[in-house]
Amino acid sequence: MSTATTTDAPRTTSFSGPSTFTGRAANYIDERTSISAVVREFGRKIFPDHWSFLLGEVALYSFIVILISGTFLTFFFQASMAEVQYNGAYVPLKGMNMSVALQSTLDISYEVRGGLLMRQIHHWAALLFIAAMGLHMLRIFFTGAFRKPRELNWVVGFTLFILGMAEGFTGYSLPDDLLSGNGLRIIDGMIEGIPIVGTWLSFLLFGGEFPGSDIVGRLYSLHIMILPAMVILFIAIHLVFVVVHMHTQYPGPGKTNRNVVGYPILPVYAAKAGGFFFVVFGVIALIATFFQINPIWNYGPYDPSPVSAGTQPDWYIGFADGMLRLIPSHLETVWFGYTFTWYIIIPVAILGLFIVLVAVYPFIESWVTGDKREHHVLDRPRNAPTRTAIGVAGVVFYAVMWAAASSDLIATHFMLTIEGVIITLQVLLVIGPIIGYWVTKRVCLALQRKDRSLALHGYESGRIVRLPGGEYIEVHKPLDEYERWRLVSYESYAPLMLRPDRSGRITFANRLRVGMSRWFFEDRIAPVTRAELEAGHGDHGAHGAPGELEGGHDGDHGLPPAAH
Amino acid sequence: MTSTENETGRRPARGARRKGKRHPLATVALLFIGLLITGGAYAAINATSSATAEVDMNSPQTIEQGQKLFVANCATCHNMNAEGVPGVAPSLIGVGAASVDFQVGTGRMPMSFQGPQALQKPPQFTDEQIKQMAAYIASLAPGPAIPSEDLVNGEGDVAMGGELFRVNCAMCHNVAGAGGALTEGKFAPDLSGVSGSHIFEAMLTGPQNMPVFNDTNITPEHKKDIIAYLKFIDSQTSVGGYALASLGPVAEGLFIWIFGAGVIIAITVWITARSN
Amino acid sequence: MAEDAHSDESTAVAPAHGSEHSVASVDVGLAVVPAPEDAFQDPGLPPHHLRVTDTNPRRQRRAQRTVFSLFYLSIAGSIFAVAAYMAFPIEDGSFTAIRINNLFIGLGIALALLGLGFGAVHWAKALMGDHELTDPRHPVRGSEETRARSIEIFQQANEESGFGRRTLIRNTLIGALIAFPLPAVAMLRGLAPQNQDPVALLKETMWDKGVRLVRDPLGTPIKASDVTLGSVFHVIPDGLNKLPHDEMLNAKAKAIVLLVRMDPSELHETPERKSWSYDGIVAYSKVCTHVGCPVALYEQQTHHLLCPCHQSQFDISNGAAVIFGPAARPLPQLPIAVDDEGYLVAQSDFTEPVGPSFWERDKA
Repeated sequence: MSTATTTDAPRTTSFSGPSTFTGRAANYIDERTSISAVVREFGRKIFPDHWSFLLGEVALYSFIVILISGTFLTFFFQASMAEVQYNGAYVPLKGMNMSVALQSTLDISYEVRGGLLMRQIHHWAALLFIAAMGLHMLRIFFTGAFRKPRELNWVVGFTLFILGMAEGFTGYSLPDDLLSGNGLRIIDGMIEGIPIVGTWLSFLLFGGEFPGSDIVGRLYSLHIMILPAMVILFIAIHLVFVVVHMHTQYPGPGKTNRNVVGYPILPVYAAKAGGFFFVVFGVIALIATFFQINPIWNYGPYDPSPVSAGTQPDWYIGFADGMLRLIPSHLETVWFGYTFTWYIIIPVAILGLFIVLVAVYPFIESWVTGDKREHHVLDRPRNAPTRTAIGVAGVVFYAVMWAAASSDLIATHFMLTIEGVIITLQVLLVIGPIIGYWVTKRVCLALQRKDRSLALHGYESGRIVRLPGGEYIEVHKPLDEYERWRLVSYESYAPLMLRPDRSGRITFANRLRVGMSRWFFEDRIAPVTRAELEAGHGDHGAHGAPGELEGGHDGDHGLPPAAH
Repeated sequence: MTSTENETGRRPARGARRKGKRHPLATVALLFIGLLITGGAYAAINATSSATAEVDMNSPQTIEQGQKLFVANCATCHNMNAEGVPGVAPSLIGVGAASVDFQVGTGRMPMSFQGPQALQKPPQFTDEQIKQMAAYIASLAPGPAIPSEDLVNGEGDVAMGGELFRVNCAMCHNVAGAGGALTEGKFAPDLSGVSGSHIFEAMLTGPQNMPVFNDTNITPEHKKDIIAYLKFIDSQTSVGGYALASLGPVAEGLFIWIFGAGVIIAITVWITARSN
Repeated sequence: MAEDAHSDESTAVAPAHGSEHSVASVDVGLAVVPAPEDAFQDPGLPPHHLRVTDTNPRRQRRAQRTVFSLFYLSIAGSIFAVAAYMAFPIEDGSFTAIRINNLFIGLGIALALLGLGFGAVHWAKALMGDHELTDPRHPVRGSEETRARSIEIFQQANEESGFGRRTLIRNTLIGALIAFPLPAVAMLRGLAPQNQDPVALLKETMWDKGVRLVRDPLGTPIKASDVTLGSVFHVIPDGLNKLPHDEMLNAKAKAIVLLVRMDPSELHETPERKSWSYDGIVAYSKVCTHVGCPVALYEQQTHHLLCPCHQSQFDISNGAAVIFGPAARPLPQLPIAVDDEGYLVAQSDFTEPVGPSFWERDKA
């Protein structure tokens, strides 16, 4: 007689059940969780394999490391600004008054076995987390992985980047040391400069005057509860999207927009990705074992009077600090008795605009191309020259601001004047992105031409042959069909043409759209077609001489006559 | 019989000296010994001259010696009577022995070229000569004196020194004494390895653009505490590992991008590469 | 194909003309040039290459040995970390002991993790099946049937609830949902003290007539004769150190002052401020007018004062005017005098708010 569940469907009483322990365990769990459905759906799910796909994993794994090490720290850190006299092992601070927050951080470092290691793992992992997100974002951008259907995921990911920065900032301000305290002072100064609401916002944030005795506790709530909850939520959304959309793949033979080529989760990915988690954790642990980070004992307790030379925020806040340094002097006006602090408003506006542009870029590009198809095959960056050039311009812009944050260290290390460094960076902020854009675009187009030439003529084999006529040529080894497919399988866009709409008018939005489309796609190189390859195969040996190229092939472009 | 064979017709065993001929390495050995002797002698002679040379700062011979050195090495910029040349070098009247001991002892003087500031370099004079020049300058007018040994031995209150250092010095020299930038190409140097007396003298005399921290600003006892603090952080192991030059978040950020991300990306390339 | 079955409604822009390629129907996306008929075709997956561990059993065994050796190392690392934790105490407070403790625990942990990680990855790369597999993709949008059913569900719910029909119910619901978070927002007002005016507080400091200038952090008063040419004193008001802790730092954040002495002939003062200095001794607020860092890098020969945070520079010989960097206003000057015992005192509070600018700064 069966003692199993009393469902309506008759149970097969002849079923003897699994005989191994694993079998019995699996059965037990499945009968309570439907886990077999998950295994069926995801167990052999295919993921494509490329090193650049692991950057997002680096970010995810460093976040897990942060959570683990951070949990340990919460057992020892106390986020209170109450005053206490230090009497621990770090002799130069003995007898000094400081906040409990700093004292508990010093105790973690000097009184708890392995405590300093955990602090260092936590901080190094935080630096790596945001760096990995940045690299991952760059990979997504330069390969066009943000295109439909992944535009929303781009926004989610970008939000994660901002949240990561917020986590980092609130985190390193917790010990209430001189360095991070001056960082908070700067934030307070910036908030005070906001028109109309600045003084009140500053008052709300700090619970009164700066520095007050509330800020560390409030940052702690943000740092261990509110922000991590948001990060975890957004990571979950991000990963659900990846599962629903399936991962993108690089162009290559056999890889189309309608399939996924790669390896299954079980066992390969579980091992590789699971192993990679341990590797990332291990690398962070190794760095934290050998390299000191944020030695708060050198800085001492926050006091409004002292300050250290070389006061910088952690690297990911650098671009904001650098932007502040690049603003010229005297930018403030008083109108009707009210003070407009342009030296705050302008950098905040520029940075805000930059951030918004990055966040909405996928929508801008899809508007310009009008492309409403799903894209699951990535672009090689050279095949999207304008996008790649825009990306490089953005990176240069960010990098100049970031470099400006260490202007004083650049000056001392390269024996320059800080004035010279800052003026140079001010100039570079404007012309750097322009130069970066132009150079990148030309490089991309040149690389595309090189690809065309490779597809048409093959590799230089290094074998020199003398023809009966006396000339020397280098024999080219033609590509096999797999290599060639990789070079020719991209799409080329053409600029839109302006036409009146249904009511016969040409609106500004349309003009703008066509203008941008022209900017994006006017310079383009079309992929090699079979006909072109045939046409070039007249005589096998004679493809080395550059002169012969021009006649047989329609300038290097293969362009249809351009529309104007 | 070839030249390498002896009477028995066999070549000598390895390592055995061939009769009558000098060992080929003999020349090398002789050179080496010669270098050792001359080098050792040089070191010994120099050691004796700079060791515990107790120089009497008030004796006329010292002052006369110092004047000779001054005239030979310093007068071209500072003028024969040490009154200075406007736009070239300041007057040394009243700067005291402490200034000379600091400037010449750290090699800043004689200045090698006009620039935003005098750079530290290997001292050009022996300790005895420096004391002699200091005695001469001190004889011109009263000025800050070279501090006594007990003030610069680094046995002060490290905690008090740290607090004073952070308020008075860290803004230029960095909390860990790693140095920092000033305007127009000047800089506050790294303080690691600087001797106690030079630290004291720098505070006391305010070299070039460094402010003067006279004894009514920071008392000699407190200067001693500051020296004790600097010696402490100099000598102590960094508990967390390599300190990356104590330069703070910039060095840490550079490290994580170059080495951290670099290593991890190298590993990702390995992970996804096709196995052999 | 199913995934790109969107027809674009606007005909205001059209693909480029003049190309020998036929203009495809607009449902492919407007700017895309469709692939020409003679484009190359996908050759399919390249042939699979066997690994040396697939063909050579000896290498395969070696790879296996590598994998489990790495896992053994990992176990050793974990044990070592635990042992190091116990074997290297730090309670004597010696820095070397702390370093050794963290070093060996860290090495153990790193070995444990890297052993696991490299072992698992090597196992996957060298021993697990490495045939590339293919899965089909489905369009992200639901199938027509699913979409139709969803629409049907919503329509049914709408009918049964009357959500669309009963506009008053709907609108008041929306109104209530918007209103209910408002008390929570209002309660955030409690983050700031209720009975303090931030603007008034920002406009005043502890300095007042007769308050002595004392050394920071020791609190000892300063005589004018203590201040030599070229020196810089870090100054706080007398009595600051005796304030209770919370108030002390708040007051200090506005009251810090830098005191320097220079040759009076080098000091350029406006006529109104000639009485604010004493024999070449001047006092300025140490709170940078940019965003508030202590501006303290004083160069005694150039009289430049540099802020280390964003490199604003002020000329102390010229009213602390801004000569470089992002600051906009000179540092406020503290009027000083000497009392009858020769100690330096303030003549009054600053005549303008110290520190970074704020909206109401110039409002009376």
